[in-house]
Amino acid sequence: MRYVYLEKSDLDKMIQHLKKEHRVVAPVAKENLFVFADVENAEEITLEYLPTILPPKKYFFPPKQVLGEFTMGETKMSSTTVEVEPTVIFAAHTCDIDGMECLHTVFRNDPVDPYYKKIEKEIAVIGYECMFPCDECATCVTMDTHVPKAGYDAMMTDAGDKFIIHINSKKGDALISNNPIFKEVESGTAKEEIKKLRAAKLKKFDVKLKASYSELPGIFADSYDSDVWEGVGKRCVSCGNCTAVCPTCYCFDMYDEVKLDISGGERKRVWDSCQLEEFAEVAGNENFREERSSRQRHRYYRKFDYPVKKYNKFFCTGCGRCTRACMAEISLVETVNDITKENKNV
Amino acid sequence: MCDCCNESNTKKQVIEVDPQYSPMEGTIVKTKIMTETEKFFEIKLEGGKELGHMPGQFVQFSLFGIGEAPISISSSPTKEDKSTFEVVVRKAGVFTSAMHKLEEDDKIGVRGPFGKPFPVDDLKGNDLIFVAGGLGLVPLRSLINFVIDKRRDFGSVDILLGCKAPKDRLFTDEAEGWNKLTDINHACTVDQSDPEWKGNVGVITTLIPGVDINVNRTYAVVVGPPIMYKFVISELLKKGMPEKQIILSLERRMKCGLGKCGHCQINDKYVCQDGPTFTYEELKGLEEAL
Repeated sequence: MRYVYLEKSDLDKMIQHLKKEHRVVAPVAKENLFVFADVENAEEITLEYLPTILPPKKYFFPPKQVLGEFTMGETKMSSTTVEVEPTVIFAAHTCDIDGMECLHTVFRNDPVDPYYKKIEKEIAVIGYECMFPCDECATCVTMDTHVPKAGYDAMMTDAGDKFIIHINSKKGDALISNNPIFKEVESGTAKEEIKKLRAAKLKKFDVKLKASYSELPGIFADSYDSDVWEGVGKRCVSCGNCTAVCPTCYCFDMYDEVKLDISGGERKRVWDSCQLEEFAEVAGNENFREERSSRQRHRYYRKFDYPVKKYNKFFCTGCGRCTRACMAEISLVETVNDITKENKNV
Repeated sequence: MCDCCNESNTKKQVIEVDPQYSPMEGTIVKTKIMTETEKFFEIKLEGGKELGHMPGQFVQFSLFGIGEAPISISSSPTKEDKSTFEVVVRKAGVFTSAMHKLEEDDKIGVRGPFGKPFPVDDLKGNDLIFVAGGLGLVPLRSLINFVIDKRRDFGSVDILLGCKAPKDRLFTDEAEGWNKLTDINHACTVDQSDPEWKGNVGVITTLIPGVDINVNRTYAVVVGPPIMYKFVISELLKKGMPEKQIILSLERRMKCGLGKCGHCQINDKYVCQDGPTFTYEELKGLEEAL
C-alpha cells in the first residue's frame, strides 16, 4: 500500500508529468454538461462534475471500430489492426470505474476480444473520489459504487488543500513517482485521514432505492411479469439514448463500409441498442422483442438480473445517466422503486 | 470523441490483432436449386481443411461489401468427403439474395463453426424422433445423417417431416432413400396438397399420434418455425415426453457469434453460445424463446 500527497496547487504539474508519456483525458465542461476529452493542462479540467454525457467506455470500446480492411472479391481481411496510445483516464468517478470493470468482465470472457484487450493494456485509470452526491438520478449508494474499491491504478481523494493519492497497481506506482510533487506519506496516516473524510462524506449520501443491494436480484426474479414494464413501454420512444450513455452497455452491430471506388473497404462494429425495434428481428420479420415494454424490460434485466446469473455482478453502476438522458423521463429510480413496491406488498 | 486537440507526443501505434473476425476462404464446389426460394451449396475450405463441426452448429458466411449472415450446417461430420460441408440458404434478405447469385467456383468467407451442437452423446442408446418443419430439415439433416452413419449406437428412429406444399419439400432424393431403409420410419405431410400429391395432408402434429413412444428412452429433436414448436411440444408432452428429452434449435440473427454483440440474446441466454440447440427444459420459462 503506497500513498502520496499532492498539493492542490501542483495539480497542473501532475498533469504535465502524466503527459510526458501519456495522452491524458479528463472531465471537461461542455455547455451545461461534462464530457471526457483530451486535456492540455489542469485548467481545462473540472474536478467536481456531474457524470459525463458518455462514460469513459468510449476509450475502451469506441462507438465505431474497424475490425479489418478488405479488398472486394477477397474472402479474408487484408489487415486486422487496432490503434493504441498510452492513455491516462484522469479523474474517473468510482461508478465509472465499476462500469469499466463490467466491460472488462465481458470482453475478457472467453473468447477474449482481441481489440479490447490491446486497447485496455494501454489505459491507466486515475480515479477521483466524489465527496458530494451528484443528483437525484444517481443510485450509487445502493449499487455500492460510491466508495473506491478496485479497478483503478491510482485514486485521488480531496483532503482540503491537498489530495491523498492511493496507488493501487504497478502501473499506478510507475505513474505516480519520480517527481517531487508527490510527497510520500506513511500509509497508516493516510488511511486514517481517508477514513475520517469518508465518514463525513457518507453522511451526505442518501439512499434513493427502496430495495437494498442484496434484495435486488430477488425482486427482479419476481418482477418479469409486472405491469410496471407496460407503463415504461408506453412512455419509451425507442431512441436508444439510455443504452448509448450506459457505462455497461456493449451491444454492437457489424457492417461493411465500402470505398467510393468500390475497390474495398472496412468491416466495422458500431454501438447498437436493444431498444431499437429491429434489434431482435430475425429472417422473415419475426421479432422476439417487438414491444417497447419487452425491450425496456430487457434493458433492466441486463443490468439487474442476467449478468448477476452469468458474472455474479450487477451491470448497473448507479451513475444515473439513463435517467438523465431519457427524453420520455423514464427514471431508473422510479422504475426500480415501482417493482420493489409491488414486490414487497405481495 | 474529439481528437483535434490531441497534440501530445505520445506513441500512437497501429498494432496487429488476432484476426478473430477475418473469415476463412471457402470455395463453392456445387450448387443446386432446391425450391423457388432455397438453394443448396457445397463448400470446400482452403486447402481442403475440415470445418470440424458437429450436428446443430452454424457458420457465419461473409461477402465483403454486403456483410455476414449466420447459416445452419446441413451436412453431417460423418460425410464421406470431409473436405466439404453443405448448407441450404433461403432467400430472405440482402445477404441471402446475394448468396443465391453465387455459383460453382465462386468464393465465400466462412467463420465458425459456432454454437452448442445437438447433445449426441445423450442421444446414444435411445430411440429418436426427428420432427422437422419446413427449413428445419436443414440443420436436422446433419443429425439425421450422423445417426444413419452411426446407426447401431441408437434405438429406433422416426423421421417426421412437414412443409407447406409438396413443391417446398427439401432433400426429396434423400428422403426417398430413408423410405428404403428398413431401420428407419419416415413420414411426411403437407399443409396444402396439390393434384399430384398422394401422401399425408395436414399439419405436422397429425403425424405424432402414430408414433410409438417409450418415454423413458426416447429423445425428440424438433426443428422448425416458432409457431410449430408450440404445437409439437404440447403434443409430445401429451405423450408423456420428459421436458429434458425434447431438443430444439432456435434461429436468431447473430452478428458476432462470440457471445458479445447481444443480438441473439434470449433472456439470460446467448443463442450463439448457449444454443442454438436447447432442451425444452432450458427454454420453457423464457418468454422470448419461442
